[in-house]
Formats: sequence, C-alpha cells, structure tokens
Amino acid sequence: MGLVSLIGRIGAYVIDTVTSVGDFVSFLASALIYTIMPPYKPRLLIRQLRIIGADSFFLIALIGLFTGMVLGLQGYNTLARFGSSGALGTVVALVLVRELGPVLAALMVTARAGSAMAAELGSMQATEQIDALSVMAINPVQYLVSPRVLAGVISFPLLTSIFDVIGIMGGWAVGVLLMGAPNGPFFNGIAQNMGAHDIATGLYKAIVFGLVVMWVCCYKGYHAQRMATGVSRATTEAVVLSSVLILLWDYFLTSVLL
Amino acid sequence: MDGTRTADRAAIRVHDLRHRFGRQQVLNGVNLECPSGQITTIVGPSGCGKTVLLKHLNLLLRPDSGTITIDGIEVTLLSSRAQNEVREKFGMLFQAGALFDSMSVFDNVAFPLVELTHLSRQEIAKRVRETLEAVGLDGMENKYPSEISGGMQKRAALARALIRRPKILMLDEPTTGLDPTRTHQIHELVRQTQQRFNLTAVMVSHDVPAVFEVSDQVAFMHGGKMALMGTVSEMMAAKDELFQRFLEGRASGLDERPAPQPGGAPK
Repeated sequence: MGLVSLIGRIGAYVIDTVTSVGDFVSFLASALIYTIMPPYKPRLLIRQLRIIGADSFFLIALIGLFTGMVLGLQGYNTLARFGSSGALGTVVALVLVRELGPVLAALMVTARAGSAMAAELGSMQATEQIDALSVMAINPVQYLVSPRVLAGVISFPLLTSIFDVIGIMGGWAVGVLLMGAPNGPFFNGIAQNMGAHDIATGLYKAIVFGLVVMWVCCYKGYHAQRMATGVSRATTEAVVLSSVLILLWDYFLTSVLL
Repeated sequence: MDGTRTADRAAIRVHDLRHRFGRQQVLNGVNLECPSGQITTIVGPSGCGKTVLLKHLNLLLRPDSGTITIDGIEVTLLSSRAQNEVREKFGMLFQAGALFDSMSVFDNVAFPLVELTHLSRQEIAKRVRETLEAVGLDGMENKYPSEISGGMQKRAALARALIRRPKILMLDEPTTGLDPTRTHQIHELVRQTQQRFNLTAVMVSHDVPAVFEVSDQVAFMHGGKMALMGTVSEMMAAKDELFQRFLEGRASGLDERPAPQPGGAPK
C-alpha cells in the first residue's frame, strides 16, 4: 500500500508539473498568436511602450551611468597594472554591449515594470476584471497580454542601447577624465575592436529577455490566486523567476552567439 | 455552430450539468429552466455550487457533461468564437462589480461599445448617458470607481452590463456587502431594469428572504443539484425540510463545504 501511494504521489506530481509547464508555454503561444490577429489596438501597445519603455528611461540611464563608471574605475586599475590602460575603452564597451547592458537593463525593467505588471494583472484577476473581459466577448489575453509582450520585445533593445551608450560615457568620464587613461585610444579601441556582431549579440539578448520577462510577469499575474496573498505571491514569483530566467538564458545565449 | 433555434419559453435551459474540480463533484446533475422575461434566483448555502453554475451559464467554464441552452442555442460545445456571439445576448453583473479601476465610470460603461462596435463617439456618449440615468447614476460620469460607494459601483457595473441591450442579465450576489436599505434599492433597480428592458434575469444570491421580493422563480441549490424549484409562494408552501432549515439560517444538517476555487482564469 505504501509503495502504491508513493507511486501515486510521484505520478500526481509529474502530471501537475507537465500540466503547468504546458499551460505556461501555451500562454505565450496564444499571446503571440493574438499579437498578429485582428482586431489591432495600437492604443494599447503605445500605452505599454510608455509604461515599460519611456517610463523606465531615467532608471536605465542612472544604472547605466554608474555601471559604466565602476567599469571605468575597476578597468583602469586592473589594466594599469599591465601597462595597458589604452585598452580601457575596448574593455568597457565590450563588457557593456555584450553582457552587462542587456542583463542589467532587463533586471531593472523586471524590478520596475515587471513587478507592477504582475501586481496589476493579479489584482484584475482577484477582482474578476479578467472574467469581466471574457464575458464581454473580449479576449483577455489579446487585450492584456499581447500588447505587453510586444511592447517588451520592442522596448528592451531600445533601453539596452541607451544603457550601453550612457555606460560607455560613464566609463570614459571616470577612466579618462578622472583617472587619466589616454583619451584617443579609448575611442579608437572601441572603433577598431567592436564589430556589428558584438552589438547584434547584445540586442538579440535584449529581445529574448523582453519576451521572457513579459511572458513570466504576465503569466504569474494572470494566474494569481484570488485571495489577499495571491497578488503578493504572484508578484514575488514573477520577479524571482524573471531574474533567474534572464541569467540562465544569458548563459545559453552567450554560448550560442559567441 | 450547430445550435438550432427553437421557439422556447425558457431563455436558459440547463440539463444534467456536471462539473468536478479534483475530487470534488461541485455540480452533480443540475437541471434548471429560467423562463423568458422573468427573474430567476438561485439560492443555497455557501459551497453548494451556485457560483460555479453561474460561471457555466456565462461561459467562463465548460462542464464535464450536460447541456446548457441559451436563447435556443446549445452552448457547451461551441468554439470560443461562436461562444462570443452568444455572449452578446447577455450582460453580467459581477459580485464586486469588476469595474476597471483605471477607467472613469463613463469609460467603464462605454467600454463594450468602444471595443466591440463601430458606433460614433456621440452615439456612444448618448447611450452611456441614457444607461447611467436608467440606473440612477447621472452626473457620475467622470468619477473613478474608487471615488464612489459600493452601491454606486454596483449601479455602474449594472449600467455596463446593460449597455449593449442584452436579452439576458446575469447577476452574481448583487447585494453582498450592502446594508438592508441599499439591498432593497438594488433589488428595486433590478426589477425596474428587468421590466424596462424586458430582460430575462438569472441571479445568484444568499440574501434570503430579502431576495424573494424581486424573484419570480426561485431555485434552491444544495449539494451540487437543484433541491427545490418554483415560484416564491410555491417554495414557501412546500414543506421541504432542507429549504426551511436554510431559510431559518440553521446551517446544521446543511452540508457546509468551503467554496471551491476554480483555478483562476478560463482556459
């Protein structure tokens, strides 16, 4: 009897896991399908572009600036030991464009817009607003999720580019102006050593992160439990899972794109 | 869509509806008829399955077995797109109103017209004002749901449910959280709008006996099926022990189960 119930429990666990992974994937699939199906609501997309993209601008600029500044500081100190402080520009730019730009921008937007999104959709679920959409013959995934996913895919690469440019300027300000690294080689190095492939790598990552973050945050909010703790749990899970997936995908994407 | 229209006195007809969540058989062979142009109220103790039944009637859930006929169309096996056509026939008032809190009362009520029709702005504004007046909310257009009382939120939600001139109105516990005076006012309002727009209404309520003042038909649900049905006077005359106990508020003997949580959103 003990063995049978153990097997039963393992079976139930496996079925639960497979079902929820299936739900998770089909949620994204329907969000993507409804993105290309009419009716088109540009108004909803523009609103989300503002919330995810434009409203995140100053945060991204601030974090980009300080990331670049610390890279300038650390980079100069390390490179100066080998007498190669001329390579500072190359190091700062490559690290930002290929790695830190997309990852940090994605983490910051998750913290800012992703959490808000999970909480908003969660409380809409809790107060039956999502059911109300369905009953009014409006597809809630198309109305709520598709514009957010599309806005994420569009704004993440743009925010990442802003992060990169401001970061490089921050690295230059600290490395060159403050620490005294040579100015000419800083920019020459970037021009010579950073190719289109490096930039594309960073932008591919940003697009994938945009998709993953919006997918996770919308899914968690949409499926929040209808109770007081449901919304807070959905928000926490959305932020944690998004952050973990950003770093996991970052490794895999780097190994594929390198 | 294979639904064949038949002349039918019942606007909604439910036959042997069954639904199970996990190990719990929540609907266990429900039969129900909601006569056209009348108010049918479903009452019963918490956890008897009345909210789940309503979620089948408004097509948020699909049953394991059984049939639901709405205005002559069998809806349980329809595709999602065909279901949306059926949804145009009814308006739904949710328990807490389910107004969109990011929108003003006007935008909430106008929402179905803005999203689903091609009416002009003027036409929409005119319809919204008419409907808000019908529910006694004229002058509240620019307020947000958080700025008005619970009773007003229900009125606004009722206006949104009525804005597309449905044939059928579904109400999920419309008086929960209201004091007896407000409860009476909402019941009056339901009766007035039902007569004004010639609606078939189906209402879930546990506000007994207050809700009887507005009900033409009452269905008493217990243990996932209908235990007793009839007009208010028939129900009172019937010496059904379970129903009498329910009326007297004696929960003992009534199988109290926690209300099931049907895993969030419709699939």
